[in-house]
Amino acid sequence: MAAKVKQLPSRGGTPAEKVYLIEIFKGMAITLKHFLRNLWDNSNLYVRHYPEVQPDIPARWRGRHRLLTHPDGTPKCVACFMCQTNCPADCIMIKAGTRIDGVTEKMPVSFTIDLAECIYCGYCVEACPEDAIRMDTGIYAFTSSNREEMKIGMTEMLSLKGGFPEEEYQKGLEGE
Amino acid sequence: MNDTALTQLQEAFPSATCTQVIDTAVLDVQTDDLTTTLTALKENFGCDLLLDVTGIDYLTYPKPPQKERFRVVYTLRNWRDNLVVQVRTGVSNPKIGLPTASSIWESANWGERECWDQYGINFSGHPDLRRILNHVQFEGHPLRKDYPVDKRQVLMESDSLEAPLKARLASKDTGHEAMTELGTDVMFLNIGPAHPATHGAIRFAVALDGETILANVVEIGYLHRGFEKLAEKHTYNQVIPLTDRLNYCSSMMNNIAYVKAIEKFANIEITERAQFMRVVLGEFYRILDHLVCLAAAGVDVGGLTNYWYLYDEKEAAYDFISKLCGGRLMSTATRIGGMYHDFHEGWEKEMEFHLAAIEKGAGDSQGLMEKNRILQDRMQNVCRFSPEQAISFGLTGPNLRSCGVPFDLRKDAPYYNYDAFDFDIPIGSNGDVYDRFMIRYEEIKQSIRIIRQAMKMIPGGPVNVNDPQVHLPKKAQVYTKIEGLANHFKMVFEGVHVPKGEWYDGYEAANGELGFHFVSDGSGTPYKCKVRPPCFYTLGSFPAMVEGSMIADAIVNLSCLNIIGGELDR
Ligand code: SF4
Ligand code: SF4
Repeated sequence: MAAKVKQLPSRGGTPAEKVYLIEIFKGMAITLKHFLRNLWDNSNLYVRHYPEVQPDIPARWRGRHRLLTHPDGTPKCVACFMCQTNCPADCIMIKAGTRIDGVTEKMPVSFTIDLAECIYCGYCVEACPEDAIRMDTGIYAFTSSNREEMKIGMTEMLSLKGGFPEEEYQKGLEGE
Repeated sequence: MNDTALTQLQEAFPSATCTQVIDTAVLDVQTDDLTTTLTALKENFGCDLLLDVTGIDYLTYPKPPQKERFRVVYTLRNWRDNLVVQVRTGVSNPKIGLPTASSIWESANWGERECWDQYGINFSGHPDLRRILNHVQFEGHPLRKDYPVDKRQVLMESDSLEAPLKARLASKDTGHEAMTELGTDVMFLNIGPAHPATHGAIRFAVALDGETILANVVEIGYLHRGFEKLAEKHTYNQVIPLTDRLNYCSSMMNNIAYVKAIEKFANIEITERAQFMRVVLGEFYRILDHLVCLAAAGVDVGGLTNYWYLYDEKEAAYDFISKLCGGRLMSTATRIGGMYHDFHEGWEKEMEFHLAAIEKGAGDSQGLMEKNRILQDRMQNVCRFSPEQAISFGLTGPNLRSCGVPFDLRKDAPYYNYDAFDFDIPIGSNGDVYDRFMIRYEEIKQSIRIIRQAMKMIPGGPVNVNDPQVHLPKKAQVYTKIEGLANHFKMVFEGVHVPKGEWYDGYEAANGELGFHFVSDGSGTPYKCKVRPPCFYTLGSFPAMVEGSMIADAIVNLSCLNIIGGELDR
């Protein structure tokens, strides 16, 4: 059991290859097979007709961020700055304030992510000790005509819903 | 490396200090002895592959190992005996610098240029000491510790490349002076940087006689993002998403190579399952990388059909990857001490499905190409390179093997149980473009073989080491246990502490040896992280390969070398 070295022959020179039509017809046979297979039914092709056909977004997908809330609607985030620290692109800006709803001591006053700088690595999700931020919205396309609009704030992120049922999301995290 | 090698080295170089760092023999020499040491290593110790040249700036290093601020490191490999040697020397005055090694190895040309560009260390006698990754107008040397990471410069003028091209033309005996007598003249042509045939942003300037290239120079750096400077400002784990962007056609291989280098030095033993996972996924990405290369090269010779057969499967594979990693192109899948995710449920079936599809697609494509005389006439005996040339220019991976050199780290320095798998290392017989093209079909087949074997052998169990100093604790512990939370905090804020030291480690990536040279000051952030991208040295050989050929040949050659801008320019 081991790696063996194998020399590849340089092709060419046989009479069949020299009379190049034979190989051309063999090649045409291959293309013809594909042609016939795809002529009436091209569902065998993996390449999608995007955007008419949308891809399935799996539960582990690193999409747009959202901030999660407790059942009573208050944000889970405790403004601990872990996500901001772990972000390799330095694109999370949090301002912390005293918590008014009495759940814990701190909460974010503002929480902004600059999506134009975000590299969608998921490190913020990995760093969060409160499961307060996730990238499970399933949103993967985001465009804007100016940079300011690429910054999303707390209200927007709190209002986004998860794109997957909770079990599916948790299952995706398995083995983490 | 065995102990005798170190003793032999010490005997051969009594004035040098020999030490061993993991598998590497490190020689500290005086500047005056540098050239003789390097020559002797090449001649007597079989170190004919110069892997990399890099500088180190000790300005802010705690208790630096030498009195000089700068040090230059040459990394050499004897590929036959699996011996890696690093030769280091202090630079007392960067303006005077060191004598060049470019007369010993061709690859030193680009390696030293980069070192000068990034650190401002001069190499006397160097034939072409210009900027390489940074623009000609750039001021300062960005990898010096006193160059601020956020300093910006506005660069307006493009480099005409006229002087280097004319110098190169003059240095060659092409007989072009006689052309004026025929009433004609050398034509200068610029190709790129945004030419479709360059597959990325690379710029070529050529001097032509008709369609024949007399001289060629390359300008790179259009995609230079300062990866190495950025890495110095991030913790070891934070750099992983950045490595995705090196060779973006096989992002996972960069992730693996990067963490493998750190784990090796920090003595972190990853689990069996993680090792097999890295084998399976590494080989899968090797296949994807080769699919890109073959498909694009096919298009460049006018065979578009080929592209559809190969890209269809590649597209399908992205569905698998996004299920596994959460992204299509950027995998960000490894962590120091293991993997971010285990495989998802049902991955074996999906993987087998993709392997079968790739076998079919690549088989059909090979059926169209291999014996086709048009392709043969287009590629055979074009841009030939001898094994000696290839080694001297520092080629690695499929490009080196296509020149007939059977060097593959998976065979010669096996890691992750590669010695337990049964597979072939294909090598070429002519060293021409055809071999560079066909070898990738064979490597795809061999990678499929390896994946199938690894899938049979992969054990169950965790994919991460259970050590809070190395890996983030499980989320359940973070949410519920104060100890888990404390470890989590420490890990995020400080990162993995890697012991103080300097080391090099290589990995057989899709395009060749992807190496990382680290300098650690004992903290959680690399003091220095230098990439040895295979493409960089491959492209360094490009002018020598294409001179004497036609423009169309050069284009095909470029696609068969599979130059990826992301890792070329970093
Ligand atoms: S995904 Fe990555 S880059 Fe984007 S905000 Fe999160 S940590 Fe930062
Ligand atoms: S989102 Fe999570 S990690 Fe970020 S500040 Fe809030 S609680 Fe901390």
